Amino acid sequence: MARDLEEYLRPEVKSTPFCPGCGHGTLMNLILRAIDELKVSMDEMLFVSGIGCAAWIPSPNFNADTLHTLHGRAIAFATGAKMFNPKLKVMVISGDGDLTSIGGNHLIHAARRNIDLTVICANNMIYGMTGGQVASTSPLGAISSTTMEGNIYRPFDLCKLVLGAGAPYVARYSVTQPLSLVGAIKKSLTTHGFTFIEVLSPCHTQFGRRNRYDSPSDMLKMLMENCVSKEQAEHLSKEELKDKIITGEFSDGGA
Amino acid sequence: MKFEEIASTLPPRTYYFSGNEAVAEGAIAANCRYYAGYPITPSSEIMERISIRFKDVNGVFMQMEDELASICSVIGAVWAGAKAMTATSGPGFSLMQEGIGYAALTETPLVIVNIQRAGPGTGQATRVASGDLMQAKWGSHGDYHIIALSPWSVQEMYDQTIEAFNLAEQYRVPVFIMGDEATGHLRERIEVKAKVKVFNRIKKLGAPPFGTDQVDGIPPMPAFGEGEKLLVTGSTHNEFGFRKTDDPLVHSKLVNRINNKILNNQERIIKTESYHLDDAEVIVVSYGFTARSSLYAMDELRKEGKKVGLLRLKTIWPFADRIIHQIGGKAKKIFVPEMNRGQIIGEIMKYAACEVIPYNQTDGEIIHPHQIIRELRYLLNNM
Ligand SMILES: Cc1ncc(C[n+]2csc(CCOP(=O)(O)OP(=O)(O)O)c2C)c(N)n1
Ligand code: SF4
Repeated sequence: MARDLEEYLRPEVKSTPFCPGCGHGTLMNLILRAIDELKVSMDEMLFVSGIGCAAWIPSPNFNADTLHTLHGRAIAFATGAKMFNPKLKVMVISGDGDLTSIGGNHLIHAARRNIDLTVICANNMIYGMTGGQVASTSPLGAISSTTMEGNIYRPFDLCKLVLGAGAPYVARYSVTQPLSLVGAIKKSLTTHGFTFIEVLSPCHTQFGRRNRYDSPSDMLKMLMENCVSKEQAEHLSKEELKDKIITGEFSDGGA
Repeated sequence: MKFEEIASTLPPRTYYFSGNEAVAEGAIAANCRYYAGYPITPSSEIMERISIRFKDVNGVFMQMEDELASICSVIGAVWAGAKAMTATSGPGFSLMQEGIGYAALTETPLVIVNIQRAGPGTGQATRVASGDLMQAKWGSHGDYHIIALSPWSVQEMYDQTIEAFNLAEQYRVPVFIMGDEATGHLRERIEVKAKVKVFNRIKKLGAPPFGTDQVDGIPPMPAFGEGEKLLVTGSTHNEFGFRKTDDPLVHSKLVNRINNKILNNQERIIKTESYHLDDAEVIVVSYGFTARSSLYAMDELRKEGKKVGLLRLKTIWPFADRIIHQIGGKAKKIFVPEMNRGQIIGEIMKYAACEVIPYNQTDGEIIHPHQIIRELRYLLNNM
């Protein structure tokens, strides 16, 4: 973590809990960078997370009010806090398993109700904390500790899901696209209503090593090669798009 | 001031309410300003009335996507500073259990109303039972104590709802109102008084929100947005909220304290009502709607000079072990009518030295006075 962001961290926190090379550490940095650039006071912020590695991004690290909740239920907790005290700026940060599998129902309902929350979903395509089981976001064919012969079910397109539920701001970026990602986080924090950012955040420990990306840098290279902007994607054939991850803003707050 | 007398939101007079309406009014009177719930028979009227009446008092009402979302959003609202409640029945109560354990460990004051219906499963959605009393105590995993009240009238649905909020705030604990379909749908006259006594949350900025230097201490509770940079987690934590999940001392200290703060205060928390206990040879121990039938039965038998008494449990948890121990040393028999297969009787047997006789009914009907009279006559004739 760059020293210039240290003021955003609790003084008691001396190290990150993540594996070296985990994307969640980078994401933590980029979230704080966006807050720093916007000059939002940490006294106004409430960070809510569920259970999982990603849920540790704000708790206990961020020097603000933090609510570390139950697996899958972060958005429900956040809804109560925000609805009772609308002055709180509420950001939910959690994993793909947490927000979209066990917590998928809360995600689509909060989007439908357009609750004024910023939701950042750290998608590592796997259940990191519990030892690399398949997730609702794991690609077809992915090897996991519960799909040793390859995942046979299609993954969710999370952005389409949340868009379908009516969220006014929806975007997807990878931690390998830091500038765009910081821009998106800033936009989500300044857009009123339910905003959702899916962030591809590599987990080499549980996903990479089973799927031929042996080191953190292999995972980052894979993301850099596979992420294409939605504008680029328009010029690619279905075949060329097969393993690609389309990034960009899918709804820009105009609603 | 911890306790404060505030003006009733309803003009003071006599009202004709259902039990469920009385719960909603009691909550509003106690300053509840956040409610989240999901429709389920036979408790839905609570949420329907709240949804209308909250408009008068600037409360926030949310109909959530399920009961787990409801209790989680209530916990979120409480940490944002609200007094908050949810109500449910049967399957909804089961869905809430994970949130209840979270509230117990994070010492989140809130009120959960269970208008009990006949289970298990979807069971008899519109019928009465009191089959969830052990679930209220043991429903979520791990060791924790809660407070559970058992109203027997519409007046008590109102009064105990106010009391539940006050107990929740005093002890920073989830408090349950274990009503049932019969009391929820019963219509009776109730008196609304001009003043309501409410307990205000204790705040002490800068103090640790999850520990005191006493083994049964109740820490003050700040809210989000007060600049405290609160750290709230359902994992094992030290007194400032830092996760310490591998530390045996931190864990045992925390778990012991959240249990002891209730156990060591049980004499203050527990309320019972006694009728003719002094000379009774047979004592009926009863609670909830069934206690109405028990009272009627006792009165009828007393008219015949029979030595029958009644102990009514207004508090189910923590359990009234001392008074049960006392009466069990004096009476010849204790008779326990319950609308379940025998739940509270197990607690009574733990503490009463005398013979304890069950009477169980699980057909979705109330236990009528004549049934209790018949059983008691048989007992009295065979002593
Ligand atoms: C109700 C419940 N079920 C299961 C778990 C176990 N569990 C803890 S973290 C986790 C998965 C987390 O995955 P994800 O949200 O994708 O986060 P990651 O660790 O990958 O960052 C699971 C299943 C739990 N804590 N609670
Ligand atoms: S297991 Fe994966 S997600 Fe969890 S900290 Fe390690 S690399 Fe990150």
